[in-house]
Amino acid sequence: MDTLIAWILRAIPFGTIIMYGALGEIITEKSGNLNLGVPGIMYLGGFAGFASAYIYENTAANPNMVFCVALALVCAFLAAMLGGLIYSFLTISLRANQNVTGLALTTFGMGVANFFGVYILNGRTATQSLVYKTFQTKLPVLSGMGVFGQTVFGYGFMVYAAIVLAFVLHFFLNRTRAGLNLRAIGESPATADAAGVSVTRYKYLATCLGAGISGLGGVYYVLDYNQGIWATTGQIEALGWLAVALVIFTTWKPLAAIWGSYLFGLLYWLYQFLPTLLGISVPGYVTDLIQMVPYVVTIVVLVVTSLRKKREDQPPASLGLAYFREER
Amino acid sequence: MENAIELRHITKTFGSVTANRDVTMSVRKGEILSLLGENGSGKTTLMNMISGIYYPDGGEILVGGKLVEIRSPKDAYALSIGMVHQHFKLIDVFTAVENIALVMDKHEKYDLKAIREKARAICEKYAFDIDLDQKVYEMSVSQKQTLEIIKMLYRGAQILILDEPTAVLTPQETERLFAVMRNMKHDGKSIIIITHKLHEVLEISDRVAILRKGEYAGTVDTAEATEASLTELMVGKKVELNIERPEPVNRHLRLSVHNLSVTNAEGVKVLDSVSFEAFSGEILGIAGVSGNGQKELLEAIAGLQNADAGSSVVYFPDDDRDSTAEQLIGKTPRDIRNMGVHLSFVPEDRLGMGLVGSMGMVDNMMLKSYGAGRSPIADRRAPRHLAEEIKEELAVVTPSISTPVSRLSGGNVQKVLVGREIAASPSVLMTAYAVRGLDINTSYTIYHLLNEQKKKGVSIIYVGEDLDVLIDLCDRILVLCGGRNNGVVDGRKTNKEEVGLLMTRLQEKGGAA
Amino acid sequence: MTSAAHAAHEPLIRVIKRGEVPSTRRKIAVRLAAIALALVIDALFIYFVTGLNPLSVYGVMIGGTFSTSMRFSWAMRDLASLLLIGIALAPAFKMRFWNIGAEGQVLMGALATAAVMVNLGGRVSSWLLFAAMLAASILAGALWGFIPAWFKARFGTNETLFTLMMNYVAIQIVACCVNIWRGQASGLGKLNMKTKAGWFPQLFGQRYTINLIVVVVLMVLVFCYLRYSKQGYEIAVVGESENTARYAGINVGRVIIRTMILSGALCGLTGFLIVGGRDQTISTGTAGGNGFTAIIVAWLAKFNTFTMALISFLLIFLEKGAAEIASAYNLNDYASDIIAGIILFCILGSEFFINYKVVLRGHHKEVR
Repeated sequence: MDTLIAWILRAIPFGTIIMYGALGEIITEKSGNLNLGVPGIMYLGGFAGFASAYIYENTAANPNMVFCVALALVCAFLAAMLGGLIYSFLTISLRANQNVTGLALTTFGMGVANFFGVYILNGRTATQSLVYKTFQTKLPVLSGMGVFGQTVFGYGFMVYAAIVLAFVLHFFLNRTRAGLNLRAIGESPATADAAGVSVTRYKYLATCLGAGISGLGGVYYVLDYNQGIWATTGQIEALGWLAVALVIFTTWKPLAAIWGSYLFGLLYWLYQFLPTLLGISVPGYVTDLIQMVPYVVTIVVLVVTSLRKKREDQPPASLGLAYFREER
Repeated sequence: MENAIELRHITKTFGSVTANRDVTMSVRKGEILSLLGENGSGKTTLMNMISGIYYPDGGEILVGGKLVEIRSPKDAYALSIGMVHQHFKLIDVFTAVENIALVMDKHEKYDLKAIREKARAICEKYAFDIDLDQKVYEMSVSQKQTLEIIKMLYRGAQILILDEPTAVLTPQETERLFAVMRNMKHDGKSIIIITHKLHEVLEISDRVAILRKGEYAGTVDTAEATEASLTELMVGKKVELNIERPEPVNRHLRLSVHNLSVTNAEGVKVLDSVSFEAFSGEILGIAGVSGNGQKELLEAIAGLQNADAGSSVVYFPDDDRDSTAEQLIGKTPRDIRNMGVHLSFVPEDRLGMGLVGSMGMVDNMMLKSYGAGRSPIADRRAPRHLAEEIKEELAVVTPSISTPVSRLSGGNVQKVLVGREIAASPSVLMTAYAVRGLDINTSYTIYHLLNEQKKKGVSIIYVGEDLDVLIDLCDRILVLCGGRNNGVVDGRKTNKEEVGLLMTRLQEKGGAA
Repeated sequence: MTSAAHAAHEPLIRVIKRGEVPSTRRKIAVRLAAIALALVIDALFIYFVTGLNPLSVYGVMIGGTFSTSMRFSWAMRDLASLLLIGIALAPAFKMRFWNIGAEGQVLMGALATAAVMVNLGGRVSSWLLFAAMLAASILAGALWGFIPAWFKARFGTNETLFTLMMNYVAIQIVACCVNIWRGQASGLGKLNMKTKAGWFPQLFGQRYTINLIVVVVLMVLVFCYLRYSKQGYEIAVVGESENTARYAGINVGRVIIRTMILSGALCGLTGFLIVGGRDQTISTGTAGGNGFTAIIVAWLAKFNTFTMALISFLLIFLEKGAAEIASAYNLNDYASDIIAGIILFCILGSEFFINYKVVLRGHHKEVR
């Protein structure tokens, strides 16, 4: 039982990181843009959030931690949006290939974050921002209510914000006019255009806001999940790709991202808790194999949806294609 | 009467192609105006500029007497202009209501229930039969068209443009559409209908505007027009086709098609038990409203389309019926070629199927023959030779034989394609809409090429849309209707009325000649 | 109304597709302009971040590749890996098959090579060992290419996402094997340290000669394969239009599978060269992100393997140069990712100006 609880306590925060990444990418992909720059964007968000909090903490005389949290979130969102803006300009206005641009953005984002990160590290291998304590603040009463309180209410606010965001995006996509327009653009930009929807504006907005949301995953990773520690590792990149995988897994549905991301979290940490749960000991190399389960599951989902050909589960029909109205 | 729309000196070019040149015309309030013109005469391009899809390179548009700029479909909606495109602008995974919501006014509240109610009211007013909660991918073609019209009416369109709306409809559906159009006219709306079917023009419209090769050729009152006068305006002069038609020589059975059926991905039988025979040294015409199984017929014979069980296409290499007859059904194009059957096919989609647009003439010459021989290296000497030859003989206008063929004009593209297919010395030559979009001269070049092949003893299957050409060129004409063989007529004895009737009215089953 | 009022209502910027075929001179000019622009942006970046004179920084950068023969040798070594993956991807991309899985295919090839080294090293003659390493790497890479291709050909499964996922499956398999092989040690270290079995010999006094020779040979072979062979022709037709391919009698599914087996096999071969000729060991970072960078290389070069050599060299040169700046000015070599990123953005964006032109308001071209 304790193992199970510990497993859940690990899985949910982990899932939250990629949930942000995936929610942002869902919005982006709904506009027909396949942005493979998610890892780079999460890097940008993670670093900007960390750097702003760290600098504020160390320069302000009396740092206000709530303000610090807000500052980190805003900076992360803006930096990630900037990444989305570069991608948008190249793919939407200049019609560059989406896959290649996304990959270049991943390189660029990683480079920017780690390059400037070194300045902050200043010779050390890792630095810590203390704002993580505020990020991790739990609900005072509820989180103390036994196992239930621990597993359901025992996380920082961004875990719940992610769930709320998933519902908001679900509502946005399915119940609002802007959401309808956005979905139409992803299916057929020519149709949306003929209907009087400004394809370019929507694509820009969706891609930039989507990038901003993905960037929140980066800042959550650094300032909450990783206890405010910035270190030059490739971890965020792996998380970014996992977020791309999660988008496929959810078949482009924000609500499915909630349970999907937690499931990914459970699968990701399976290697650590499964042996204990089953009461067996497993050699180290088996854990490596267990870690590939999320990817294999994603492949299975991809194959199954391509087999079933259910129209509602397919990727947006124009995903990956540039749109030019006067194309003949 | 007041003008709803006035166009002044509208010009539009695409690269080196001028689609519209200096077009000046008008549409009155409360009238149905037919926009008539041959394929490729610039009708759709002109209308796309009114609906904001394209932006004119020059000229002015006036709506209700005021000079306007229509930069996007949104601007068009704001001016109460709506267009039903030939390829429907619908989102497949949306319901009808969602598709309607997509085009509604920015200031209207987004409330699917209210939209459904309002749409239902429109349906009742014009007696549209449609389920508003159905997904578009579950709808039939005519339902989709109805939905498009509802969309435009919902958006408050006062000027409605319909681009070849009847091409995909049955006669009954067409009648229903015309009734709706008359209703809308009574409501004071202006309607522009693009078509090239003369009897429809005469039946439905008040006036007819004619485009010829992208230029305005005049407007006439329908009451004063006849098919002959309209045709004259459309082609510029009285259609004296004067296509040569040599007598078939050494005619013997080449293809025997029996019970050929094709079911498409949606489960619709697009070709229904078609049987006929094609002979060497003759041109067999295939007539029919487009989308009645022509494409599937040719593709099934060519091995590009899976035929239903029980279908049979037997090929006879010479007049000895039994010795070496070959069954073509169930074979791939390569199998057919390997059997020694010289089957040439000029498909409707020239750049999307017959040629590789990004490749030059040389590489396109070897599309079907590159695999010959054992060498792993593709031989480009012979294709280069052939490309030079075709360029020379058919007067293909191209900067060089390695210029991507997609950069050539439509007529030159077709010359390249037909040239290649004829160079393969076929025993059966199938062409789909071989002269569509081509100028008169190139069309005659094509007719001449076909006749040359006919004299050589090739069995030619010519799918066409222009009845005058079909009747003047072909020895026999098979008419497809609803995917069935609706009768075969003698090209020398038949007339347009007979063929036209067969195209639109399905005979009793077994009516095949 | 006057024409001035008319012009005022016209959109500010309109984009028109160029009708004519862009000339080679124009293509080259646009790309050079893009690189120049990127260098200016990079110079601004360097100046504002470090306050250093960008020109002298660029001067130092050149030293990263050219200052010593050792440096040049390292640059060539890295060029070989990157370029070979680009070459491997060329057939797949020309077929418009988005093989994002080069990273995984390289890793699987490297893993197979390492497995043969671990298990057969010292037990068989060195020629047999090399042959076995080569065969194993090619098979493993080919398998990793075949799986997504089969699903694409059979069910139309999206290959971009499939191959992307296959990378991570490969990474985990490598992690697992490395874990087994290292036993209690903290790291794997060089394989067959004592016997040096399966290590490429030095040729002409250079460690990486074999890698370079293989890459140059394959560069020519794949170029010829794509341009002159029948299979290369089929690949081009399938990439352009599946309908045309079927019309021409090409079995599209077979071509997809065959081409991906080839692409995967060449990636696997890269893994063989990396393990046998460069690292003599394996880790999850063996492919080092080259699988992704090579996609950009292949795309920008429009699948011409010789152009790929140029672009790969440019990227490697930047990477080495940035590392040099890093040590010279006490920066860090992530600067190379930023500089490369900016250059890639500029080149990607420049393609637009080759195929389209922009018309500003009021610049009417009267067509009468």
